[in-house]
Amino acid sequence: MAFVWKRLLGTIPSLVGVVVLTFFISRALPGDPAAFFAGPAANAASIASIRATLGLDRPLPVQFVSYIADLAHGNLGRSLTTGQPVLTDLLERLPASLELSSFALLFAIGIAIPMGVWAATRINGGVDHACRAVVTVSAAFPTFFVGLLFVYVFYFLLGWAPQPLGRLDEIAFSPPPRVTGAYTIDAAIAGDWPVLRASLAQLILPAISLGLFALAPIARITRAAMLEALSSDFIRTARASGLPVRKILMAYAFRNVLLPVSSVLGMVFSFLIGSNVLIEQVFGWQGVGAYAVAAVIASDYAAVQGFVLMMAVLYVLLNLLVDVFATLVDPRVRFEG
Amino acid sequence: MSLTTFARNTGYAFGENRLTLVAAIILALLTLCAIFGPSIAPYDPLLTSATTKLARPSLLHPFGTDALGRDILSRVIVATRLDLGMAVSAVVLSFVVGLALGSLAGYFGGWTDRIIGRAMDTIMAFPLFVLAMGIVVALGNSVANIIIATMIINLPFYCRFARAEVNVRRELGYVEAARMGGNGPLRVLLNHIVPNILPPMMVQASLNMGWAILNAAGLSFIGLGVRPPTPEWGIMVSEGASYIISGEWWAFMFPGAALVLAVFSFNMLGDGLRDLLDPRKRV
Repeated sequence: MAFVWKRLLGTIPSLVGVVVLTFFISRALPGDPAAFFAGPAANAASIASIRATLGLDRPLPVQFVSYIADLAHGNLGRSLTTGQPVLTDLLERLPASLELSSFALLFAIGIAIPMGVWAATRINGGVDHACRAVVTVSAAFPTFFVGLLFVYVFYFLLGWAPQPLGRLDEIAFSPPPRVTGAYTIDAAIAGDWPVLRASLAQLILPAISLGLFALAPIARITRAAMLEALSSDFIRTARASGLPVRKILMAYAFRNVLLPVSSVLGMVFSFLIGSNVLIEQVFGWQGVGAYAVAAVIASDYAAVQGFVLMMAVLYVLLNLLVDVFATLVDPRVRFEG
Repeated sequence: MSLTTFARNTGYAFGENRLTLVAAIILALLTLCAIFGPSIAPYDPLLTSATTKLARPSLLHPFGTDALGRDILSRVIVATRLDLGMAVSAVVLSFVVGLALGSLAGYFGGWTDRIIGRAMDTIMAFPLFVLAMGIVVALGNSVANIIIATMIINLPFYCRFARAEVNVRRELGYVEAARMGGNGPLRVLLNHIVPNILPPMMVQASLNMGWAILNAAGLSFIGLGVRPPTPEWGIMVSEGASYIISGEWWAFMFPGAALVLAVFSFNMLGDGLRDLLDPRKRV
């Protein structure tokens, strides 16, 4: 357990950095929040009074302390567009985003790892070429464009997917009673199978278009790590001893893939959280990303800052999880850290 | 490397990999569009027309027209300058700033290194696209701020790369000799170390270009930076998106394809350049 605590302590500098940078982005940069809040019709006097009520006329260190105090109370300010506290808004929408990203990640890992292993065992075979194609495509296509292409092909041309307008066709179905906030899980808990089916149908296209981009780095690293493992001495020995191929691949070689895969997961998460915003926009998914985009367009300052902070904290925590996973997978990491 | 060997190597890199050649040709065409865009475009990219709204691609309008009757081909061509311009400026800025900060950190070590390193770690603690959104909103919604945001989220990669490269050269014989010759630290850094780390950094930069384009286009797709009616690929895709469910595919397809083409050719050229400068890293 000691190493888990050590990692936990190691996230403190990152969290401090995140809070300080978010503070600077919101207060110390040239944009004037008081002018934003006052609106276009404001004069100098009304801007000054708003500045005083927001505490923006006080020295920066004082502002920083009150910012920290607000954060400690979970106060991220009030959204201009919804009129609710930003934290309430974000927490209400977070499950939708987590649902989308988790399905995307499951899809990516479920395809990428077998694909990478297969590609490494048969170099220049069909799967290897497919692997290379996915890597090239995902490096050159914008996520939002792929999402739109899927909508065009699978909704308009083929008619396989439902209309890409949100998490559930609200005319035909009513959302399940909220337990976790993820429609698929809530519907399963309520035993409401038609709603589960309908929400899965809405989820498939966005999850795949998001997952496709997480798939590429995982598949590439799996292939490379598997190739390296397969060319090492212990595999040669295992082969020479006549062990069955399945055992060599799965029990001996595959273990060496887990560490490199967990090391790219950090990058994959950064990408997923960012692209989530774009994909939610394309599919009308009512998650935190779409909320942030609406806030961006309305210049809803507090909402955007709250979103950035929440995503950064989420990202730091995910990285912590990845680190803990890495130490469980490979004891060597424990001693290096 | 003399000029003739360089030419021979270039020929080799192109001959070895046809894709690099194709990428170079596409990039040359895109550069022409970026420079002469407004004069090549068959129509005025801002000219609206009530009679030709959402017209299918035809001889008159090869890429069709958008919801306001504007010619999409002209808009795609004219947008090249803005899209490439944003990405190139962001990459050049992060190259220069990252090289400067990274070299200082790598050469002086100690507190300089710790402070710069901590600053870069803090940037990396954010999901990068989300950080870019936050920066643009805070600085103000403009094209210049998209460039600054893209520059900041790219900075850590250049900075860390430069730091590592400077660090391994700091104690090498020729650097020691330059120092013994009475050169000050800045002079040693600028005249003796930096010229040696420029080539690998340039490969990084060209591999980074595609990502910078995607990032800037993503920001304008969600409505940051570029304002309508300015033609820009990201915002054009987002304007065309509303007409997909009624089957008008051309309004989002062509600007999206232009994005893909640009990013793809930068990636291929970056790979080719890497092969040219460092044959060991070929994959």
